[in-house]
Amino acid sequence: MSKKLLSGPYLIWMAGFTVIPLILIVYYGLTDRTGAFTLANVISITTAEHAKALWLSLWLSFVSTLVCLLLAYPLAMILRKRGVGKGSFVVFIFILPMWMNFLLRTLAWQTLLERNGVINGILSALHLPTQSLINTPGAIVLGMVYNFLPFMVLPIYNVLCKIDDNTINAAHDLGANFWQTFLFIWFPLSVPGIISGITMVFVPALTTFVISNLLGGSKILLIGNVIEQEFTRGSNWHLGSGLSLVLMVFILASMALIAKYDKNGEGSAF
Amino acid sequence: MSSLIDLINVSKSFDGTLVLDDLNLSVKENTFVTLLGPSGCGKTTTLRIIGGFERADAGKVIFDGQDISDLPPNKRQLNTVFQKYALFTHMNIAENIAFGLKIKNKPKSYIQDKIKYALKLVNLDGYENRSVDSLSGGQQQRIAIARAIVNEPRVLLLDEPLGALDLKLRQDMQYELIRLKNELGITFIYVTHDQEEALTMSDTIVVMNQGYIQQTGTPEQIYNEPENAFVADFIGESNILHGTMIRDELVEIFGAKFPCVDKGFGTNSPVDVVIRPEDIDLVSPQEGTLTGVCTHLIFKGVHYEMEVTTPDGFEWLVHSTDMCPVGKEVGIHVDPFDIQIMNKPASEDEEAVGVNE
Repeated sequence: MSKKLLSGPYLIWMAGFTVIPLILIVYYGLTDRTGAFTLANVISITTAEHAKALWLSLWLSFVSTLVCLLLAYPLAMILRKRGVGKGSFVVFIFILPMWMNFLLRTLAWQTLLERNGVINGILSALHLPTQSLINTPGAIVLGMVYNFLPFMVLPIYNVLCKIDDNTINAAHDLGANFWQTFLFIWFPLSVPGIISGITMVFVPALTTFVISNLLGGSKILLIGNVIEQEFTRGSNWHLGSGLSLVLMVFILASMALIAKYDKNGEGSAF
Repeated sequence: MSSLIDLINVSKSFDGTLVLDDLNLSVKENTFVTLLGPSGCGKTTTLRIIGGFERADAGKVIFDGQDISDLPPNKRQLNTVFQKYALFTHMNIAENIAFGLKIKNKPKSYIQDKIKYALKLVNLDGYENRSVDSLSGGQQQRIAIARAIVNEPRVLLLDEPLGALDLKLRQDMQYELIRLKNELGITFIYVTHDQEEALTMSDTIVVMNQGYIQQTGTPEQIYNEPENAFVADFIGESNILHGTMIRDELVEIFGAKFPCVDKGFGTNSPVDVVIRPEDIDLVSPQEGTLTGVCTHLIFKGVHYEMEVTTPDGFEWLVHSTDMCPVGKEVGIHVDPFDIQIMNKPASEDEEAVGVNE
């Protein structure tokens, strides 16, 4: 009885801030302004503008996730090899930027990449041609990778740490060189961490509108920006909710992937 | 028989702590060699240097006449059975055993035959498709051995492979390993801290302590003729006494003169004397070389364990199938060839190397 009482505040929190908003989004997404049931909001994802935004979001998120994975895996290997003492300091350095406000970090990149920003300033001081860095898909990918990289490193680092040194020694002992050991031992044993990392990067990258707002200007619209605009400028909550539902399908698909490959919760980072 | 593996002046330290100091070791082909010692004696480090998982700070590893000191493990003609099996948990049993052969690009039919042969050899026929997690510790150990031997190594390195098994299984596996070694006709280098394991299985035992080899010899030599007090103390139970060598073949212990068979220790020189508890005969006080009183009695199953205290206060450990009640006065008699004389360590330094615990 007392246990149930203790979980009360949590249940209220869950209901108030998770369940009710979710129900509201489903309600708004499946109705029009008169309150009548309609699928038009969901189907509007097929209009050229929305489909393009979704496609671009998927593409940039995919690229960012891939870049994160390629950067994070070797880094996680190095962290594991350095041992606990030194390793934890390097991990600390990595997590440090996460303590700074997400907006500030992205604004800092804006300052660096601007037409008259720090990087172009240095380039012109060296009499090199200035580059248009900001408001490009590349700038958005950079912002995503910078912000989400730790979410890829940590789960991979966690699974790598669980691999026994002697398992690796055994592979070498049986004749495998570094690449064969990577292919047959390291990689298959770290799949849960990779899946977990991919989801933890792909999902926020897919839904972000802040990074694309700050580093993509108004030129590049991601699906997150479209939804945001429907809620703020367009004041069409029904359309925004409908598109959110579409996005949710992609997120649930990633979650299903986690559940499939990460049954033991081995790859969870926190 | 020429030697297959030679360690020459090998030294190794970790974080400034010397683990191996100028070690020389020679392993003959087709023998069962055991590195025996307490934890931290450097036995596992020696094995890892032979396997290629550690690099010696100084010295050479010679394999079949060739210097392999700088070869990585995957280029060495030997395989290792690790302490905690180190099986690949994401592969089934057949894939585990096939790993080394697949890496070497052996044909499929050859690999299939080898898997069958290896599983038969370790008495686990039909386990091909089982998962690693479904096997018991002893079975996993056998698979680890099977995985190593399919590669037909000339030397099999075993790092305390029976350490995690219970007593009965450990004894069974000891006989199993002897059988395997004889069937395969390859060299085994075995690391353990268990003296019984070492005595049961080995052709040659290398007793190590604090990075130094204390004694190398057959199990009989190590047990019956320990070269110093450390070896005597580590292998089996023993009474280690301070004695004086009066002349050849006569030693004085606590004022009593015991005839023995050792020579060449000089006259009136201090020595260490080792007498195994089962070599002490308890006789009537008149017949004994020394007399004492039985102060302790425990029934051990195979024999009684007794302590006989002599007037000087030394407690003699005695194993006998004949019981002597506590409080009874008895005589101590030892046959001359059961007395083992050893030089006392010449300096404190040598003492630290030898007997320090």
